[in-house]
Amino acid sequence: MSDKANGPMVRFEKVTKRYGALTVLDALDLEIAPNEKVSIIGPSGSGKTTVLRMLMTLERINDGVIHVDGEPLTHMQKGGGLVPADERHLRRVRGKIGMVFQHFNLFPHMSALKNCIEAPVNVLDLPRKEAEARAAELLDMVGLGDKKGHFPSQLSGGQQQRVAIARALAMRPKVMLFDEVTSALDPELVGEVLNVIRRLGTEHNLTMLMVTHQMGFAREFSDRVCFFYGGRICEQGTPDELFGSPRQERTKQFLSAVLEAG
Amino acid sequence: MKFWDWGYTLEILPALLRASIVTIEATILGFVIAATLGLALAILRMSQNRWVSVPTAAFVEFIRSTPILIQIFFIFFVFPEFGIVLPAFAAGVLAIGVHYATYCSEVYRAGLENIPKGQWEASTALNLSPYVTFRDVIIPQAIPPVVPALGNYFVALFKETPLLSAIAVLELMQTAKILGSENFRYIEPITLVGVFFLIMSLAAAWLIRRLESLLDRSLRNPGR
Amino acid sequence: MALRTLAVCAIVCFAAGLSVASFASFREFLPGLLQGALVTIEITIGGCVLAVLVAVPAALAKMYGPRPVRWLAVGYIEIFRGTSALVQLFWLFFVLPHFGILLEPLTVAILALGLNVGAYGAEVVRGAVSAVPRGQWEATVALNMPRTLALRRIILPQALVAMIPPWGNLFIELLKATALVSLITITDLAFKAQQMNQITFKTLQIFTIVLVFYLAISTVITAGMRALENWAARGLARGRQ
Repeated sequence: MSDKANGPMVRFEKVTKRYGALTVLDALDLEIAPNEKVSIIGPSGSGKTTVLRMLMTLERINDGVIHVDGEPLTHMQKGGGLVPADERHLRRVRGKIGMVFQHFNLFPHMSALKNCIEAPVNVLDLPRKEAEARAAELLDMVGLGDKKGHFPSQLSGGQQQRVAIARALAMRPKVMLFDEVTSALDPELVGEVLNVIRRLGTEHNLTMLMVTHQMGFAREFSDRVCFFYGGRICEQGTPDELFGSPRQERTKQFLSAVLEAG
Repeated sequence: MKFWDWGYTLEILPALLRASIVTIEATILGFVIAATLGLALAILRMSQNRWVSVPTAAFVEFIRSTPILIQIFFIFFVFPEFGIVLPAFAAGVLAIGVHYATYCSEVYRAGLENIPKGQWEASTALNLSPYVTFRDVIIPQAIPPVVPALGNYFVALFKETPLLSAIAVLELMQTAKILGSENFRYIEPITLVGVFFLIMSLAAAWLIRRLESLLDRSLRNPGR
Repeated sequence: MALRTLAVCAIVCFAAGLSVASFASFREFLPGLLQGALVTIEITIGGCVLAVLVAVPAALAKMYGPRPVRWLAVGYIEIFRGTSALVQLFWLFFVLPHFGILLEPLTVAILALGLNVGAYGAEVVRGAVSAVPRGQWEATVALNMPRTLALRRIILPQALVAMIPPWGNLFIELLKATALVSLITITDLAFKAQQMNQITFKTLQIFTIVLVFYLAISTVITAGMRALENWAARGLARGRQ
């Protein structure tokens, strides 16, 4: 086992993902340090969402290994070598990761509070009282302390997405994935969600990886920005480097196209 | 006692095959009634005149909510009281056809209701009569998309034909029962009947799926 | 609903008219028909319960089971959907004794109809479960839930509401199919109708009243399922627009 304290929190090692003949990700290498905030930008179809989905084990990888917190996620040690992980191994390592989706994916038949305690009670085996107290705390933090009994259908998109963030945090992940979390929101609701993510970044020890179209937010919030193109990292660097003085032609084209659109 | 008697199987097979022709005849005749009467019921039910649409709807609901077997008995035993005497085969086919006409009418109705209002408006603008509008504009567009659903009812109707055995029509089931009681062995004839229905329905289901994908393609690119 | 009520009213009036015209004969056959109706209701309830009990595991086995279990489920569903209810009823009635399995006709009836409708029900369950948005499954993975927990707590409760109307239709199909049991000597409503017909020769009255009985039972089923649907929809998401 590698050194957990100093090693990367997430490491993609030559990870390839194909859909039939189409290669979505091509031998991707990517390391993310503990507590680092990384934004992934790029044109649609560049494979950026796939990175998050593979890390959440929603997609199987075709080649390579993904490591989380010093141990392999997609594989496990067996007989001196690495073999594809079984369900038990996946579930153990996956517990370190939480994800927030573009379309929230809240459970429609459960109240906001119930959404936030379902997994802690049934997966982490927390006592219900404790789970409820913690969920209430998290809902307070995302500014929805007064909406605990509301069902998803009674909440606005921005409120639903904040519940989804609280729900993911209730599982105490070390890594949080944000997959275009503001793309499905009306423009006036984007700010409240980004504010919550901002607070998470400063107040919690979380490694955060986000796919976003909010260039302003990516620039202000991240430690590092990766520009994906054609299943590869075309260019990466600090926000100032990437947005201020992009080196690659493709990056320049993409940024000018996005900025033109406003 | 033998589990399965192949000699006996071969002996009864010809009789069963002959009877299966009656089953298939009943299916086809029944479906002709179901498909034509169903379309009529659908159009009547969509009528603007409430004195037409409401009784039609009530009739459809009534037939759909009560057993075919009783309807067969009704036609076979009650109609003669009004002077309408039908042979068992005709009575049975009529009952099954009418029963499935009510199912088909719902399918047609869905197809007819899917035609955009603009088609009616365009026909009115061209001064087409309601009859011509139905015949040349609405029905040619409404029927093809619902053919697979009608196909499913064709198979369902086919599986109802053993009911005709209740009024002694010599179709497959009745023949199997007679063979079974004559020879005191039911396992072979009844299993064979089951196998016959299974093969025919699986084949029909496969055909309908093919038809569906064909229709899907031709409806998406008309004129090809 | 209004239409159904109207239909019931119309037929009841017709039947009432008939019975007034021949009041004396009414008493000859009505008790017999009521006895038959009770048997019909009994078989309907038994069959519906069995159908639901069979359909859910069959659907889940077909969708998520390991290969041999999946084949078993597919075989069950295809065989019972591919052959007639009457063939299945006769098969169980005539062939099971051949293997030394002697069952009460009533048990055979409930078994055959329950298994038949259960096969259709399995497809209903499968359809409703696969209609739950994929994002719901993904959320359960992100929350690290095991599959069985996700199915039980997240997916099935959402599928339930979509299942209720098609199950209502299946229950009515089952009610209609109960008439078949008269052909294996069970004294249900359809059997009593024929019996009373042979005794009293009041053919028109008897068969009309029998049809009304079936219509009444199916109306009760429809109303019950509608109430259940409203109740479940309220439970699923209060105030969902």
